[in-house]
Amino acid sequence: MKLSELIHGPSIIADLQATDRNGVIRELTESLAEHGAIQQEHVETVVRATIAREKSGSTGFGKGVAVPHVKHACVEKMVATIGRSSHGVDFAALDRSPVYTVVMLLSPQDAQDDHLAAMEKVFRCLQRETYRRFLRQSETREAIVDLISEVDDAPSS
Amino acid sequence: MSDAETTYVREVEIPNKAGLHARPVMQFVDLASRFKSQVVVINVTRAGGERVDGKSAMQMMLLEATKGCTLRIATDGPDAQAAADALAELVCHGFGVHPESASE
Repeated sequence: MKLSELIHGPSIIADLQATDRNGVIRELTESLAEHGAIQQEHVETVVRATIAREKSGSTGFGKGVAVPHVKHACVEKMVATIGRSSHGVDFAALDRSPVYTVVMLLSPQDAQDDHLAAMEKVFRCLQRETYRRFLRQSETREAIVDLISEVDDAPSS
Repeated sequence: MSDAETTYVREVEIPNKAGLHARPVMQFVDLASRFKSQVVVINVTRAGGERVDGKSAMQMMLLEATKGCTLRIATDGPDAQAAADALAELVCHGFGVHPESASE
């Protein structure tokens, strides 16, 4: 699986407007719907389920990165998007640091193994300081899309 | 490194349906971080399974440990045995099995 196939380019947000966790989850979900990655009628369900998941345990993995996610029956095909916050968002992260890069991942209900494979792919990228820094500095959607292609083309670590 | 330091290795199978997903990883890292010992984890079920730092949530997600995979937990340091036992137990018991962990 390529990162560029998992991450839905058109719905990436380079400058998140929301300043809190729930707002960021809503903004990214609405962007996914607006750009046709999920159905409009599922926005509320996805937002609610993702926030509920977050409340059961933060997905703020530390180092400015959060990966809010949910497995839900209304999701037909696994899809992810990225939001970049210039001001930093409180995700109650493991290391208490504000989050600048949010990767939101939606998986179908029973896609346990695919979900783990997607997470592996995402963290293969995010564990690298260079990529985290580039993501944090990317001011446009295009720059983030380019970075993802670059990650796909780079030799795996 | 004092002479008292010893390495302990435990192998455990992932019992829960959802595998080693985010919440179990957070639990694992939280527990691992309470020990002084170094914690290294390998998913021996995957070919060429890499060694990751058991105190790093991001690295732990690289294990891609689905249900049935075997994790090798190696600890090294003054409290190595206690760390290995506690972490192995956490995995064996399916991370306390969250009621919603199957649907998450």
